[in-house]
Amino acid sequence: MELKEFVQNFASQFDDTEESVFQPETKFKDLEEWSSISALSIIAMADEEYNVKLKGLDIRSAVTIEDLYNAVKSKI
Amino acid sequence: MYNPFSLEGKTILVTGASSGIGRATAVECAKMGAKVVITGRNAERLQETFDNLEGDGHTQIIADLSDKQQLQYTVDQTPTIDGIVNNAGIGKTLLFKFIDREDFNEIMQINFFAPVFLTQLLLKTKKLQKDSSVVFISSISTFAVGVGDSMYAASKGAINAFVKTLAVELAKQRIRVNYIQPGIVETHIFDSGVIDDEQLKETELKYPLGRFGQPKEIAHAAIYFLSEASKWTTGTGLVVDGGFTLL
Repeated sequence: MELKEFVQNFASQFDDTEESVFQPETKFKDLEEWSSISALSIIAMADEEYNVKLKGLDIRSAVTIEDLYNAVKSKI
Repeated sequence: MYNPFSLEGKTILVTGASSGIGRATAVECAKMGAKVVITGRNAERLQETFDNLEGDGHTQIIADLSDKQQLQYTVDQTPTIDGIVNNAGIGKTLLFKFIDREDFNEIMQINFFAPVFLTQLLLKTKKLQKDSSVVFISSISTFAVGVGDSMYAASKGAINAFVKTLAVELAKQRIRVNYIQPGIVETHIFDSGVIDDEQLKETELKYPLGRFGQPKEIAHAAIYFLSEASKWTTGTGLVVDGGFTLL
Protein backbone atom coordinates (compact mmCIF):
# COMPACT_ATOMS: atom_id res chain seq x y z
CA MET A 1 0.00 0.00 0.00
CA GLU A 2 1.34 3.36 -1.08
CA LEU A 3 0.78 6.52 0.92
CA LYS A 4 0.08 8.43 -2.29
CA GLU A 5 -2.58 5.99 -3.39
CA PHE A 6 -4.16 6.02 0.06
CA VAL A 7 -4.38 9.81 -0.01
CA GLN A 8 -6.08 9.57 -3.42
CA ASN A 9 -8.59 7.03 -2.15
CA PHE A 10 -9.19 9.24 0.85
CA ALA A 11 -9.73 12.27 -1.39
CA SER A 12 -12.20 10.47 -3.63
CA GLN A 13 -14.61 10.17 -0.70
CA PHE A 14 -15.16 13.94 -0.89
CA ASP A 15 -17.21 15.89 -3.39
CA ASP A 16 -16.68 19.57 -2.62
CA THR A 17 -13.05 19.78 -1.51
CA GLU A 18 -10.26 20.42 -4.08
CA GLU A 19 -8.14 17.33 -4.55
CA SER A 20 -4.95 19.37 -4.05
CA VAL A 21 -6.03 20.00 -0.46
CA PHE A 22 -5.50 16.34 0.40
CA GLN A 23 -1.91 15.75 1.51
CA PRO A 24 -0.45 13.26 3.98
CA GLU A 25 -0.20 16.01 6.58
CA THR A 26 -3.73 17.34 6.02
CA LYS A 27 -5.69 17.55 9.26
CA PHE A 28 -8.80 16.03 7.78
CA LYS A 29 -11.20 16.86 10.60
CA ASP A 30 -10.54 20.56 9.96
CA LEU A 31 -11.93 20.27 6.43
CA GLU A 32 -15.18 22.09 5.98
CA GLU A 33 -16.65 19.06 4.26
CA TRP A 34 -15.72 16.64 7.07
CA SER A 35 -18.70 15.05 8.82
CA SER A 36 -19.77 11.82 10.50
CA ILE A 37 -20.76 10.61 7.04
CA SER A 38 -17.18 11.14 5.87
CA ALA A 39 -16.02 8.95 8.75
CA LEU A 40 -18.30 6.11 7.63
CA SER A 41 -17.08 6.67 4.09
CA ILE A 42 -13.43 6.28 5.10
CA ILE A 43 -14.23 3.12 7.11
CA ALA A 44 -15.98 1.60 4.09
CA MET A 45 -13.19 2.68 1.72
CA ALA A 46 -10.55 0.99 3.91
CA ASP A 47 -12.63 -2.18 3.91
CA GLU A 48 -13.24 -2.13 0.16
CA GLU A 49 -9.73 -1.15 -0.97
CA TYR A 50 -7.52 -2.74 1.69
CA ASN A 51 -9.78 -5.28 3.38
CA VAL A 52 -9.08 -3.52 6.68
CA LYS A 53 -11.79 -3.02 9.27
CA LEU A 54 -11.20 0.40 10.77
CA LYS A 55 -13.13 1.31 13.86
CA GLY A 56 -14.73 4.61 14.76
CA LEU A 57 -12.02 4.93 17.39
CA ASP A 58 -9.25 4.76 14.73
CA ILE A 59 -10.81 7.74 12.99
CA ARG A 60 -11.25 9.58 16.25
CA SER A 61 -7.63 9.16 17.30
CA ALA A 62 -6.11 10.07 13.92
CA VAL A 63 -5.27 13.70 13.17
CA THR A 64 -3.69 13.63 9.70
CA ILE A 65 -4.40 11.48 6.67
CA GLU A 66 -1.01 9.87 7.22
CA ASP A 67 -2.08 8.84 10.74
CA LEU A 68 -4.96 6.97 9.19
CA TYR A 69 -2.69 5.49 6.54
CA ASN A 70 -0.54 4.12 9.37
CA ALA A 71 -3.60 2.77 11.15
CA VAL A 72 -4.68 0.93 8.00
CA LYS A 73 -1.12 -0.27 7.30
CA SER A 74 -0.84 -1.74 10.79
CA LYS A 75 -3.96 -3.82 10.22
CA ILE A 76 -3.09 -5.25 6.79
CA MET B 1 -53.88 -12.88 41.57
CA TYR B 2 -55.45 -11.12 38.59
CA ASN B 3 -52.87 -10.82 35.84
CA PRO B 4 -53.90 -10.28 32.21
CA PHE B 5 -50.20 -10.35 31.21
CA SER B 6 -49.65 -13.90 32.42
CA LEU B 7 -48.26 -16.43 29.95
CA GLU B 8 -49.23 -19.39 32.11
CA GLY B 9 -50.17 -22.38 29.96
CA LYS B 10 -48.70 -20.86 26.78
CA THR B 11 -45.80 -22.15 24.73
CA ILE B 12 -43.74 -19.39 23.11
CA LEU B 13 -41.07 -19.69 20.42
CA VAL B 14 -38.28 -17.11 20.60
CA THR B 15 -35.72 -16.81 17.80
CA GLY B 16 -32.27 -15.31 18.21
CA ALA B 17 -32.43 -16.29 21.85
CA SER B 18 -28.69 -16.71 22.35
CA SER B 19 -28.21 -13.06 23.28
CA GLY B 20 -29.64 -9.60 23.71
CA ILE B 21 -33.35 -8.99 23.28
CA GLY B 22 -34.02 -12.62 22.36
CA ARG B 23 -32.37 -13.96 25.49
CA ALA B 24 -34.19 -11.48 27.72
CA THR B 25 -37.49 -12.30 26.02
CA ALA B 26 -37.03 -16.03 26.61
CA VAL B 27 -36.06 -15.49 30.25
CA GLU B 28 -38.93 -13.07 30.96
CA CYS B 29 -41.52 -15.23 29.16
CA ALA B 30 -40.49 -18.19 31.30
CA LYS B 31 -40.84 -16.00 34.41
CA MET B 32 -44.36 -15.14 33.28
CA GLY B 33 -45.20 -18.83 33.24
CA ALA B 34 -44.62 -19.78 29.61
CA LYS B 35 -42.89 -22.83 28.32
CA VAL B 36 -40.39 -21.50 25.84
CA VAL B 37 -38.78 -22.93 22.75
CA ILE B 38 -35.58 -21.07 22.01
CA THR B 39 -33.53 -21.04 18.83
CA GLY B 40 -30.15 -19.56 18.03
CA ARG B 41 -27.03 -20.22 16.01
CA ASN B 42 -24.49 -20.30 18.84
CA ALA B 43 -24.84 -23.52 20.88
CA GLU B 44 -22.84 -22.31 23.85
CA ARG B 45 -24.69 -19.03 24.26
CA LEU B 46 -28.05 -20.66 23.62
CA GLN B 47 -27.27 -23.10 26.43
CA GLU B 48 -26.55 -20.11 28.72
CA THR B 49 -30.00 -18.74 27.94
CA PHE B 50 -31.51 -22.18 28.46
CA ASP B 51 -29.82 -22.48 31.87
CA ASN B 52 -31.41 -19.18 32.89
CA LEU B 53 -34.98 -20.24 32.14
CA GLU B 54 -37.23 -20.52 35.16
CA GLY B 55 -39.50 -23.56 35.43
CA ASP B 56 -39.36 -26.64 33.25
CA GLY B 57 -40.58 -28.01 29.95
CA HIS B 58 -38.45 -25.67 27.87
CA THR B 59 -36.75 -26.69 24.61
CA GLN B 60 -33.75 -25.41 22.69
CA ILE B 61 -33.07 -25.78 18.99
CA ILE B 62 -29.70 -24.85 17.52
CA ALA B 63 -30.31 -23.65 13.98
CA ASP B 64 -29.58 -20.98 11.41
CA LEU B 65 -33.05 -19.96 10.27
CA SER B 66 -31.76 -18.40 7.06
CA ASP B 67 -30.89 -21.93 5.90
CA LYS B 68 -33.89 -23.68 4.37
CA GLN B 69 -33.14 -27.12 5.79
CA GLN B 70 -32.42 -25.83 9.26
CA LEU B 71 -35.61 -23.80 9.11
CA GLN B 72 -37.55 -26.94 8.29
CA TYR B 73 -35.72 -28.79 11.09
CA THR B 74 -36.67 -26.04 13.54
CA VAL B 75 -40.34 -26.33 12.58
CA ASP B 76 -40.16 -30.14 12.89
CA GLN B 77 -38.74 -29.81 16.41
CA THR B 78 -41.21 -27.13 17.49
CA PRO B 79 -44.30 -28.26 19.39
CA THR B 80 -47.67 -26.57 19.04
CA ILE B 81 -47.22 -22.98 20.13
CA ASP B 82 -49.31 -20.01 21.28
CA GLY B 83 -46.91 -17.33 20.24
CA ILE B 84 -43.69 -16.53 18.48
CA VAL B 85 -41.23 -13.71 18.91
CA ASN B 86 -39.34 -13.26 15.65
CA ASN B 87 -36.29 -11.58 17.05
CA ALA B 88 -33.23 -12.96 15.26
CA GLY B 89 -31.60 -10.20 13.28
CA ILE B 90 -28.34 -8.63 12.19
CA GLY B 91 -27.23 -5.16 11.25
CA LYS B 92 -24.40 -3.64 9.28
CA THR B 93 -23.51 0.03 9.27
CA LEU B 94 -22.49 0.91 5.73
CA LEU B 95 -23.11 4.00 3.61
CA PHE B 96 -25.39 3.36 0.65
CA LYS B 97 -22.55 4.03 -1.81
CA PHE B 98 -20.69 0.98 -0.48
CA ILE B 99 -23.42 -1.60 -0.06
CA ASP B 100 -23.44 -4.67 -2.29
CA ARG B 101 -25.95 -7.39 -3.07
CA GLU B 102 -24.16 -9.94 -0.94
CA ASP B 103 -24.42 -7.91 2.27
CA PHE B 104 -27.93 -6.76 1.50
CA ASN B 105 -29.03 -10.27 0.68
CA GLU B 106 -27.63 -11.64 3.94
CA ILE B 107 -29.46 -8.98 5.94
CA MET B 108 -32.73 -9.56 4.09
CA GLN B 109 -32.41 -13.33 4.48
CA ILE B 110 -31.90 -13.15 8.23
CA ASN B 111 -34.04 -10.14 9.12
CA PHE B 112 -36.92 -10.61 6.68
CA PHE B 113 -37.20 -13.91 4.80
CA ALA B 114 -36.27 -16.19 7.70
CA PRO B 115 -38.96 -14.91 10.12
CA VAL B 116 -41.51 -14.67 7.31
CA PHE B 117 -41.06 -18.26 6.18
CA LEU B 118 -40.71 -19.57 9.72
CA THR B 119 -44.11 -18.05 10.46
CA GLN B 120 -45.54 -19.49 7.24
CA LEU B 121 -44.28 -23.01 7.98
CA LEU B 122 -45.65 -22.88 11.51
CA LEU B 123 -49.02 -21.86 10.10
CA LYS B 124 -49.02 -24.53 7.40
CA THR B 125 -48.17 -27.25 9.89
CA LYS B 126 -50.86 -25.85 12.24
CA LYS B 127 -48.29 -25.49 14.97
CA LEU B 128 -49.31 -21.88 15.36
CA GLN B 129 -52.68 -22.31 17.01
CA LYS B 130 -55.82 -20.22 16.85
CA ASP B 131 -55.72 -17.26 19.24
CA SER B 132 -51.94 -17.18 19.08
CA SER B 133 -49.76 -14.11 18.76
CA VAL B 134 -46.97 -13.34 16.30
CA VAL B 135 -44.49 -10.66 17.30
CA PHE B 136 -41.71 -9.21 15.19
CA ILE B 137 -38.84 -7.22 16.62
CA SER B 138 -38.53 -4.31 14.22
CA SER B 139 -36.75 -1.02 14.87
CA ILE B 140 -37.29 2.74 15.05
CA SER B 141 -34.82 2.96 12.14
CA THR B 142 -37.74 2.63 9.72
CA PHE B 143 -38.68 6.24 10.46
CA ALA B 144 -35.86 7.66 12.58
CA VAL B 145 -32.89 7.60 10.27
CA GLY B 146 -29.44 6.43 11.24
CA VAL B 147 -26.79 7.18 8.64
CA GLY B 148 -25.37 3.94 7.22
CA ASP B 149 -28.46 1.99 8.22
CA SER B 150 -30.18 1.73 4.83
CA MET B 151 -30.04 -2.08 4.54
CA TYR B 152 -31.11 -2.69 8.11
CA ALA B 153 -33.89 -0.09 7.95
CA ALA B 154 -35.19 -1.53 4.67
CA SER B 155 -35.33 -5.05 6.15
CA LYS B 156 -37.28 -3.77 9.16
CA GLY B 157 -39.53 -1.59 7.01
CA ALA B 158 -40.38 -4.69 4.99
CA ILE B 159 -41.40 -6.43 8.23
CA ASN B 160 -43.66 -3.56 9.29
CA ALA B 161 -45.51 -3.53 5.98
CA PHE B 162 -45.72 -7.31 5.88
CA VAL B 163 -47.21 -7.47 9.39
CA LYS B 164 -50.21 -5.39 8.40
CA THR B 165 -51.28 -7.68 5.57
CA LEU B 166 -50.64 -10.77 7.66
CA ALA B 167 -52.71 -9.35 10.52
CA VAL B 168 -55.73 -9.10 8.25
CA GLU B 169 -55.20 -12.50 6.65
CA LEU B 170 -54.93 -14.24 10.03
CA ALA B 171 -57.63 -12.30 11.85
CA LYS B 172 -60.21 -14.96 11.14
CA GLN B 173 -58.18 -17.44 13.16
CA ARG B 174 -57.84 -14.74 15.81
CA ILE B 175 -54.07 -14.86 15.35
CA ARG B 176 -52.69 -11.43 16.11
CA VAL B 177 -49.60 -10.03 14.40
CA ASN B 178 -47.71 -7.03 15.74
CA TYR B 179 -44.24 -5.52 15.84
CA ILE B 180 -42.09 -3.71 18.36
CA GLN B 181 -39.86 -0.79 17.37
CA PRO B 182 -37.08 -0.47 19.93
CA GLY B 183 -34.66 2.42 20.06
CA ILE B 184 -31.06 1.59 20.89
CA VAL B 185 -30.91 -1.25 23.38
CA GLU B 186 -27.76 -2.33 25.19
CA THR B 187 -26.88 -5.45 23.24
CA HIS B 188 -23.82 -6.47 21.26
CA ILE B 189 -25.18 -5.16 17.96
CA PHE B 190 -22.60 -2.32 17.85
CA ASP B 191 -19.62 -4.54 18.67
CA SER B 192 -18.07 -4.05 15.21
CA GLY B 193 -16.87 -0.68 16.51
CA VAL B 194 -17.83 1.25 13.36
CA ILE B 195 -19.88 3.37 15.74
CA ASP B 196 -17.45 3.93 18.61
CA ASP B 197 -18.22 4.19 22.32
CA GLU B 198 -17.87 7.95 22.46
CA GLN B 199 -20.35 8.37 19.60
CA LEU B 200 -22.74 6.02 21.38
CA LYS B 201 -22.41 8.07 24.56
CA GLU B 202 -23.27 11.24 22.64
CA THR B 203 -26.32 9.51 21.19
CA GLU B 204 -27.38 8.22 24.60
CA LEU B 205 -27.58 11.82 25.86
CA LYS B 206 -30.26 12.47 23.25
CA TYR B 207 -32.61 9.97 24.88
CA PRO B 208 -35.18 11.88 26.97
CA LEU B 209 -35.30 9.10 29.54
CA GLY B 210 -31.55 9.49 29.84
CA ARG B 211 -30.23 6.14 28.70
CA PHE B 212 -30.41 3.32 26.17
CA GLY B 213 -32.87 0.51 26.76
CA GLN B 214 -32.33 -2.74 28.56
CA PRO B 215 -33.18 -5.96 26.65
CA LYS B 216 -35.70 -6.75 29.39
CA GLU B 217 -37.67 -3.61 28.60
CA ILE B 218 -38.26 -4.86 25.05
CA ALA B 219 -39.10 -8.31 26.38
CA HIS B 220 -41.87 -6.76 28.47
CA ALA B 221 -43.40 -5.17 25.38
CA ALA B 222 -43.30 -8.60 23.73
CA ILE B 223 -45.06 -10.07 26.76
CA TYR B 224 -47.85 -7.55 26.31
CA PHE B 225 -48.32 -8.69 22.70
CA LEU B 226 -48.10 -12.38 23.63
CA SER B 227 -50.58 -12.18 26.49
CA GLU B 228 -54.35 -11.86 26.70
CA ALA B 229 -53.83 -8.18 27.56
CA SER B 230 -53.48 -7.37 23.85
CA LYS B 231 -56.31 -9.58 22.65
CA TRP B 232 -57.83 -6.75 20.57
CA THR B 233 -54.56 -5.41 19.19
CA THR B 234 -53.33 -6.49 15.78
CA GLY B 235 -51.37 -5.13 12.84
CA THR B 236 -49.74 -2.43 14.87
CA GLY B 237 -46.32 -1.37 16.09
CA LEU B 238 -45.22 -0.28 19.51
CA VAL B 239 -42.34 2.19 19.82
CA VAL B 240 -40.20 1.50 22.90
CA ASP B 241 -37.40 4.03 22.76
CA GLY B 242 -37.09 6.08 25.93
CA GLY B 243 -38.73 8.97 24.08
CA PHE B 244 -35.92 9.26 21.50
CA THR B 245 -38.15 9.68 18.44
CA LEU B 246 -40.25 12.41 20.05
CA LEU B 247 -37.52 14.95 19.43
